[in-house]
Amino acid sequence: MSALLSQGERVVILEVNELSVSYGKIPALHGLALKVHRGEIVTVIGPNGAGKTTLLCALMGLLPARGEIVYLGEQQGVGRSVEKLVRQGMTLVPEKRELFAEMSVADNLLLGAFDRYRVGHRDELETMDQVFDVFPRLMERRQQMAGTLSGGERQMLAMGRALMAKPRLLLLDEPSLGLAPLIIKEIFRTIAQLKKTGVAILLVEQNARAALQVSDYGYVLETGELSLQGPSRELASDERVIESYLGLGGRH
Amino acid sequence: MDLQIALLLGQDGITNGAIYALLALALVLVFAVTRVIFIPQGEFVAFGALTLAGLQAGRLPGTIWLLLALGVVISVIEASRAVRERQFRRIPMILLVNCGVPLLLAGALFALSPAALPLPLQVLLALLVVVPLGPMIYRLAYQPIAEASVLALLIVSVAVHVTLIGLGLLFFGAEGSRTKSFTDVSFAVGDTLLQGQTVLVVVASLVLIVALYFFFERTIYGKALRATAMNRTGARLMGISGSLAGMLSFTLAAAIGAFSGILISPITTIYYDSGFLIGLKGFVGAIIGGLASYPVAAAGAILVGLLEAFSSFWASAFKEVIVFTSIIPVLVWRSLKTRHVEEE
Amino acid sequence: MSRSAIPQATLLLSLFIAALLVAPLLLPEFYLTLLNYIGLYAIVALGLVLLTGVGGLTSFGQAAFVGLGAYTTAYLTTVHDVSPWLTLPAGLLVTALVALSLGLVTLRLSGHFLPLGTIAWGIALYYLFGNLAALGGHTGISGIPPLQFFDLELRSGREFFYLIWAVLLTIILATRNLLDSREGRAIRALKGGAVMAEAMGVNTPRSKLVIFTVAALYAGMSGWLYAHLQRFVNPTPFSLSQGIEYLFMAVVGGVSHVWGAILGAGLITVLKQWLQDWLPSLLGKSGNFEMIVFGLLMILVLQRARDGVWPMLQRFFPQAPVHGPMIKAQALPRRPLPEAGSVLLEVTDACKRFGGLVANDRMSFCVRAGEVMALIGPNGAGKSTMFDGISGVDPLTSGAVSFRGQRIEALPARAIAQRGMSRTFQHVRLLPAMSVIENVAIGTHLRGRKSFVAAAFRSDRGEEARLLQEAAAQIERCGLAEHMHELAGSLPLGKQRAVEIARALASDPCLLLLDEPAAGLRYLEKQALAELLRRLRAEGIGILLVEHDMDFVMGLADRVVVMEFGQKLAAGLPDEIQRNPAVIEAYLGGLE
Repeated sequence: MSALLSQGERVVILEVNELSVSYGKIPALHGLALKVHRGEIVTVIGPNGAGKTTLLCALMGLLPARGEIVYLGEQQGVGRSVEKLVRQGMTLVPEKRELFAEMSVADNLLLGAFDRYRVGHRDELETMDQVFDVFPRLMERRQQMAGTLSGGERQMLAMGRALMAKPRLLLLDEPSLGLAPLIIKEIFRTIAQLKKTGVAILLVEQNARAALQVSDYGYVLETGELSLQGPSRELASDERVIESYLGLGGRH
Repeated sequence: MDLQIALLLGQDGITNGAIYALLALALVLVFAVTRVIFIPQGEFVAFGALTLAGLQAGRLPGTIWLLLALGVVISVIEASRAVRERQFRRIPMILLVNCGVPLLLAGALFALSPAALPLPLQVLLALLVVVPLGPMIYRLAYQPIAEASVLALLIVSVAVHVTLIGLGLLFFGAEGSRTKSFTDVSFAVGDTLLQGQTVLVVVASLVLIVALYFFFERTIYGKALRATAMNRTGARLMGISGSLAGMLSFTLAAAIGAFSGILISPITTIYYDSGFLIGLKGFVGAIIGGLASYPVAAAGAILVGLLEAFSSFWASAFKEVIVFTSIIPVLVWRSLKTRHVEEE
Repeated sequence: MSRSAIPQATLLLSLFIAALLVAPLLLPEFYLTLLNYIGLYAIVALGLVLLTGVGGLTSFGQAAFVGLGAYTTAYLTTVHDVSPWLTLPAGLLVTALVALSLGLVTLRLSGHFLPLGTIAWGIALYYLFGNLAALGGHTGISGIPPLQFFDLELRSGREFFYLIWAVLLTIILATRNLLDSREGRAIRALKGGAVMAEAMGVNTPRSKLVIFTVAALYAGMSGWLYAHLQRFVNPTPFSLSQGIEYLFMAVVGGVSHVWGAILGAGLITVLKQWLQDWLPSLLGKSGNFEMIVFGLLMILVLQRARDGVWPMLQRFFPQAPVHGPMIKAQALPRRPLPEAGSVLLEVTDACKRFGGLVANDRMSFCVRAGEVMALIGPNGAGKSTMFDGISGVDPLTSGAVSFRGQRIEALPARAIAQRGMSRTFQHVRLLPAMSVIENVAIGTHLRGRKSFVAAAFRSDRGEEARLLQEAAAQIERCGLAEHMHELAGSLPLGKQRAVEIARALASDPCLLLLDEPAAGLRYLEKQALAELLRRLRAEGIGILLVEHDMDFVMGLADRVVVMEFGQKLAAGLPDEIQRNPAVIEAYLGGLE
């Protein structure tokens, strides 16, 4: 399969073309095209309400979508479902974290490996140790109920739980949401580290500067359409990004 | 009333209460995981008892036909979906699980002459026939509208209940049955005679409750069910699909129901529609626990058993009236605690 | 919407009534008996349409209410020789009292406690009927006197037929009238719009209690008729399984349509008759095997056609447009607005915690009459939470909110609405199956007085015309005149947001809370919205605005408060805010 995927050196993990999503009759995303390679962090930035969360939910199979989604070289068809995508190594860390509040941190992590356990892998304890290496704070808190964690710890647990599935593509929805700057810094440092493990990351963020700093390539999403794209370093200095956020230019 | 009668009533109350507690636990579980208010729980009690009685009497229980029929319907639905999705490889497996296994079981019932088998094997066969009906009914009746409102699911539950009652009458007839006693031992405690069968019911219920506790606290599948109850989206993102959790919780509920029926069938005559009232008394317990708390639901169910036993002594004609109106004060108390506008 | 549709609907109804009139003259006794039962069942099923289809609640215990009506008259007429015309109100009173107490107990709880309560109560009452010696135990009460109209005794089913169907048609008419009124809109908002309705001043627990009681009264009425038709009662027809059958009738017929009740009652009754003849001989056993078929039928209906059979028939008959011409009415009185510049709303040290998360942390600000105050901040900063806290939708954990000089932080949403605050929702909360004008008219709820009884008898039309005229005026003001009678759910999101604003305005507020009103609007629509808000400001209304479109905010707001991590980050004039480095940092973020 990998032979089919490679384009020169770089393996395409996810390719999306003409992706459109609507809520009933109300369009939310229109004609999106993007690509994520192995070991790459791709970010989609944009102001509130642009449709970033919708994009990730559609990719994960939580929302019905039109258009072409090719994941690991396989065209996603009628049978597309969250469960199937999880089995194929796609994992979403949702904006609302969606933790199991009345369970311990360790149990939350364990359930991250549920699908791997189900297909016969029994390496959940080693994986958990690896996750504890990435997030030592979770190790300290492993007996604590997830509902009692602070905002930053919750985000770490949500990411840790996702890593328990040993994903090939990690979808991160606003990891900085509602977090204080120091913690955001820690989270993003971790995201940059994860890249070294070879996992591909699609990072959706409102916090444009942080996202562009850790990512390789970026897209700007505005009112359901991709308005700009380019290597993150170039986007970071593009005036139009600031405009799209703060409306300083008064342009329409 | 003297002490001896009180002890007898208490013994009765606890025995029934233990069964209600098991049912209450299953009801809370099913509701928490699937949002289904599982009214047909009681029918599994009756089917379990009557299937065992049928096996002991050397009759082929009608439930095996239901198992075969549901298997065929599910096979047709699943196979046509596989064809639509062009996943032809899945078809043999679908047929094997849904048609092959029930056929094998039916063949075994034919070949083995179950009436002659030892009791534990009869119980096992009865469970093998009845328990799979749980997940099959989930698959056919509930899964297609798993996302519907609690209200719609409740109406489906009532419809399933009505269907199963009708089928129960068709399979087992209107006359009641008792199964053979598991044990003839009895103990003298003071002046009172403690029946071994009664002790068995209480002990078996306790063992089952402890086993359930371990299942939920120690196994990954048990934790997955709890996770689904807490956060459906979160669980889905871990690959714990709603239908997996639904099937699993219905399997457990059906097993608990059928097992309860088998436990009480030597001490109570079970009719095709007896299960309903038994199940509803489990419900009263579950409602006392707000359909959310396992320990409170179990305690509530024991209370229901005691209330029933003592009211059958004082006002036997109004036993059911007293038991079922007892949820009114519970609801009053719950209602005073809530102050919230809720969106369904 | 063709004009000829109105006479066609009337024509069908007239044909139906004519058929009913001649039926007793033509049909043999057997069919008349069947029709009588269909009528009696339809009266009960109609209550379930109101309760389940419209209100989103349900009951399996309606048969027990039928029993209350029947047993009350049976007992009073046979034991105490009371006239049947006096036992009708007595039976209804008993039914209403039981329904009210059961409703008060269960309706505050989640939706499923009511049906569970009705199951328990249905069983309890069945056993009570069967075991009370005074009510004849399981043998029941016989020798109930016939009904008498002056000298005419209604002794046969043929004579009774007219009474049953006249009652049924009257109740259908009254139910339709009720639903097409101020209280009716509140009832129709219960299913899926309770939070919005509360924010518009509707007392939703009261509305639920009303429909539960009305449904019970219909059942009690049916019971009274039944007792005098049969002239004999015993517990069997009032058992839980009959209660379940009533619900099946409503669901199969079409639980959201008044005519679905008749259709369902007819279908189930005829099907039952037929199956009872046919199934036992097919299966070679006797028993209530029709319940197997009914159960399977219900599962299929709920899975495949949750709206029942009536909507399928409806497709063949063009629907009359639901709205008549607008009648000119006197304008509603308006609330005097506070003087421009005076403080309307003052929030002090507001905190909101969800478990360990702090969504609002010691927020303080004020809004004055005649100004636009904008609350901005990145996603997750706690702005919508702040709105919910101020408007009483989700009360604050601590802190004070005063509105026009009165403390309101402990009040429920509807009491805050009463004091002149109105809001829109970030996630649009319209009732998609209702027209735009009906949605907006919910906003006028607190400006009318007429009760549901007045609505049922149509003595509310004067007030109703004034409310609708007000709603229409606000719709025009928000630029939606051409969509007035379209279904709210068919509009694009931007227009739906405008409907939300019109609904808020229809309550005649002095403070307007707008949660992202410009999201999803096109450029010209945004300009029109800004223009509308400027006009409202000029009238002296205070506006608190949460919005992400910075062009929109900066061009409109008089003052801006910026939130981050639930706290106030900055406050000032728009120009100052745009140049504030901390604000730019908050929005764009950064790692140093």
